[in-house]
Amino acid sequence: MSDASHTPRIIPDRLTSPLTRALRSWEALLVVVAVAVFIANSIASPYFLDAWNLSDATFNFTEKAMIAFAMAMLIIAGEIDLSVASIIALASTAMGIVMTAGFGTPAIVATGIGVGVLCGALNGFFVARLGLPSIVVTIGTMSLFRGISYIVLGDQAFTGYPDSFAYFGQGYVWWVFSFELVLFAALALGFYVLLHRTNFGRSVYAIGNNPMAALFSGIRVNRVRFILFLLTGLMSGIAAVCLTSRLGSTRPSIATGMELEVVTMVVLGGVNILGGSGTIPGVVLAAVIMGLVTFGFGLLNVPGIVMSIFLGLLLIGVIAVPRLIARMRR
Amino acid sequence: MNRLLKSREVLLALAILALLAVIATRFPAFIAPGNLTNVFNDTAPLIILALGQMIVILTKCIDLSVAATLALCGMVAAMLDGAGVPLALILPAALVLGAALGAVNGLLVWKVDIPPIVVTLGTMTIYRGIIFLISDGRWINAHQMTAGFKDLPRTEVLGLHVMSWIALAVIGGAYVLLNRTALGRSFFAVGGNPHAAVYTGIDVGRMQAVAFVLSGALAGLTGYLWVARYAVAYVDVAGGFELDVVAACVIGGVAIAGGAGSVAGAVLGALFLGVIKNALPVVGISPFWQLAISGSAIIIAVAFNARQGRARGRIILKSAEHRA
Amino acid sequence: MTAAPLPPQPVLRLSGISKSFPGVRALSDVQLDLYAGQVTALIGENGAGKSTIVKVLTGIYQPDAGRIEVDGAQVQFPTADAAARAGVTAIHQETVLFDELTVAENIFLGHAPRTRLGLIDWVAMEAQARALLDRIGADLDPRLTLRELGIASKHLVAIARALSIDARVVIMDEPTAALSHKEIHELYELVERLKAEGKAILFISHKFDEIFRIADRYTVFRDGAFIGAGAMADVTEGQLVQMMVGRSVDQIFPKRAHNIGAPVLTVAGYSHPTEFEDINFTLHRGEILGFYGLVGAGRSEVMQALFGITKPSKGACRIGDGVAVIRSTAEAIAQGIVYVPEDRGKQGAVKGLPIFQNVTLPSLSRTSRGGFLRMAEEFKLARDYTRRLDLRAASLDQDVGLLSGGNQQKVVIAKWLATKPRVIILDEPTKGIDIGSKAAVHDFMAELAAEGLAVIMVSSEIPEILGMSDRVIVMREGRIAAELTGSDMTPERLVRAAAGIAEAA
Repeated sequence: MSDASHTPRIIPDRLTSPLTRALRSWEALLVVVAVAVFIANSIASPYFLDAWNLSDATFNFTEKAMIAFAMAMLIIAGEIDLSVASIIALASTAMGIVMTAGFGTPAIVATGIGVGVLCGALNGFFVARLGLPSIVVTIGTMSLFRGISYIVLGDQAFTGYPDSFAYFGQGYVWWVFSFELVLFAALALGFYVLLHRTNFGRSVYAIGNNPMAALFSGIRVNRVRFILFLLTGLMSGIAAVCLTSRLGSTRPSIATGMELEVVTMVVLGGVNILGGSGTIPGVVLAAVIMGLVTFGFGLLNVPGIVMSIFLGLLLIGVIAVPRLIARMRR
Repeated sequence: MNRLLKSREVLLALAILALLAVIATRFPAFIAPGNLTNVFNDTAPLIILALGQMIVILTKCIDLSVAATLALCGMVAAMLDGAGVPLALILPAALVLGAALGAVNGLLVWKVDIPPIVVTLGTMTIYRGIIFLISDGRWINAHQMTAGFKDLPRTEVLGLHVMSWIALAVIGGAYVLLNRTALGRSFFAVGGNPHAAVYTGIDVGRMQAVAFVLSGALAGLTGYLWVARYAVAYVDVAGGFELDVVAACVIGGVAIAGGAGSVAGAVLGALFLGVIKNALPVVGISPFWQLAISGSAIIIAVAFNARQGRARGRIILKSAEHRA
Repeated sequence: MTAAPLPPQPVLRLSGISKSFPGVRALSDVQLDLYAGQVTALIGENGAGKSTIVKVLTGIYQPDAGRIEVDGAQVQFPTADAAARAGVTAIHQETVLFDELTVAENIFLGHAPRTRLGLIDWVAMEAQARALLDRIGADLDPRLTLRELGIASKHLVAIARALSIDARVVIMDEPTAALSHKEIHELYELVERLKAEGKAILFISHKFDEIFRIADRYTVFRDGAFIGAGAMADVTEGQLVQMMVGRSVDQIFPKRAHNIGAPVLTVAGYSHPTEFEDINFTLHRGEILGFYGLVGAGRSEVMQALFGITKPSKGACRIGDGVAVIRSTAEAIAQGIVYVPEDRGKQGAVKGLPIFQNVTLPSLSRTSRGGFLRMAEEFKLARDYTRRLDLRAASLDQDVGLLSGGNQQKVVIAKWLATKPRVIILDEPTKGIDIGSKAAVHDFMAELAAEGLAVIMVSSEIPEILGMSDRVIVMREGRIAAELTGSDMTPERLVRAAAGIAEAA
């Protein structure tokens, strides 16, 4: 429908005020929710408002959030990676093998990260190079990666990681600030810059909105897709190092179902599951909210599986509610 | 393509036969009729769910909640049995509950317009959580179930278990539905070209909801069969089974983009996985290999689908046309 | 052609129809009458409300106000199904049918013959499909899946479908847009046949020659309002155009000084295994080189190879003095070649991104530093080029998807000009845009050439090709069929070369 007759001829020089937009945004809503959850937690439990307890709460989201940053970019670009939790399993298993072979912490860490990158590269190869749909490919690699862990470990487990390895999941950089929390903050900043301040980030949005037009605009669409899968694999590898270090052991069932929590975090953060829009600050806020809610439920002794019902409802609810409101307005 | 098997199905059937032949060279007992009927019986739940999943995928959706629906309906069936409800009521109850759970997915997709993958990822955890809530996380074991409840799937009729007969009936029903009814053909239309479907008076969202209801109902039925056959019900029954179901469809040539697939393909895809699963212990490979094998099978199948489906682009040069 | 006397009562009458969307009034108080055995042409610029009225007629949209009458009785079309049952059916721009289903099913989907058990009767369905196809003179096997057919055959299937529901009103929405010359003529014959069967036909087209050829009556819409209607015999092309645009527009192309400079692009022996063979040409500074041919002659494919999208198997291309290696669109842009694609929606504008980000997308390497964005630079670049193109928008960070078609095209062209190219390839630059925007695009092309850019224009419109080009290359079946200059550039020579007909003695 033509809108030419309604729009002014001369385009105003200024963009819409950033403040107005910020106040109307999904992120603003998330801030309100985060504050509400924080207050609810502090009322519900006297133990909540304690620096160390709060620090403990961050472990509920740091590992997932690292993956969620990369996943957010992947989903904005119109793809998805359901194999992230299985990459953790495989990377963790590989670390166990290296550890059992007698290598030290540096080699263990390098192995975990390296395997993550390799898994990401494999997903990227199938999607970007062979042009296969990412949802099916990563459902396949989800079985494949964890399947390899089961082949290696069966019903066994790797334990006995060196003491120095424990730092990544249990160590503190300063006072109550854990290594994971600091890493999370650094990665949040890094991904913010990458997505919102670089050419690469811009091409991610372009591809998510219209891959064909992006290609015609000189963007190396498949290279960007490949890099995004690589990045997601890398972040899964890093998360595998942290998680394995925190748990101190590797079982093939490690991180089962985490892909769901990561996707929930990304969607809750305001990323359009169909691609094209979303922000890193939104994902950071979603991570904090999910961490606080999990922790609050923990303080109230609510079992984990009930927590997962809540997560499922949250995932559907955050998408459904705005749509239902929009429908009622019509 | 509707009634004639396309080369895809024939290829898959040949692959299964080749697989059986290879196994038979070392373990001839595997292909004894008695064992093959066992394999079929063992694969029956996968076949039933794959057919439901296929209908959902035909309409451009995906149902990741099937295994959770199965588990929830199975648990409810076992609890009804424990409460003394007769089997004649339990079976329809499982079916209806499954359909209702499917309807929840369907309505969220149809009326609220949420992408199916998000809906079913969500309901997958919610349904599992509900099992925990209603069962308090406890198991219902064989000794807590009545004999009639446990025996039905295993009753032999004309050399096949009732479980197998039900699978055969579902295959027949799906074939008639998808090839001979207006409803069935509409599923293809909705997935093949949703835009055009609207112009032919087909409500895309409603068809998607109907597909979810069918998939849910079949999962509900399978829930009873599963719990009765293995004589145990707990939260994690059939955990991760949704992946096998999607795998069976993908291997069977059901296009994940919707609009293309066949009953024969989905059944053969399920049988392919079933044969592998049953052959592993026979040929002495650890069952821990199964997950990795089905993962590889999904990837190989989807790569194969993509090669086949790659548009035979418009050929402009006359000479090239002859070569092609 | 003299119009038959009008039947006393139209088959279908719309009156006082209005329809609004948030922020847009798509139709206001329009009327439309369709008569049995008559072809009514619906004429209007893009955005005049043609597609909205089709959606009202087929039950996709509900009008906010107004009456729909069939045979004088008021009816409502709450669903597409209701419209179909009332005998209104549409054949759409992009033949909306089902690739995975068979020809017979595509014809009968929703009303297939049933057996006594209520199951689909495939045998009867295929027999009836064959009968319908015979009736329209289409030699198609009803058992083929639609995927195996070409676009013209798909049109035939759509028409057979219209007959199968015994449609009384057939809407044809730009049915000839993607057809070859021969296929268009077959379609005209078919329209005559439908007329003879007493169908009321609504024919939507941008091509005046075909409107004058087959329509009996016309209705003109402008900006969602009814402007006029009457018999074709009583109007001239000029009058219709004036009604459409509200002012008189001559099909006059900009006058150009033909200052042709040094060669910029030389293509030698370009070949592709299936798309094109042995393509040779040289393009000069300040030149507009026209590429004419039927749809599917391989013109776009050659251009996309030059732009790094498809890879030629043989041949070389030189830009300026050096041999150019173009393996990707990024390399093409770096070498100074840009391509404005035909399909704006799919290949041109990135809907969802703001205007300024669309404009700078291929120029990010210039507006950024070290891979980091510099928004102020982007904004400046976008402002410069959108001003030059007289873009109308509320703000530069407005979503491109919210602009009208003509303004989207301006954003796409601005995006390419911002890369400061040496060669600009325009693929069907005025297809589907209104007459006002068309003239603007033509003026603009002339301006570019005058500034020393080398322009390639792919077009299927003969007046445009002849009016704009310094030289014309005609392609047929993937090869260059003719190269015409000066006085050789006549419509007849173009059509003959494109169709492969020998020159008249």
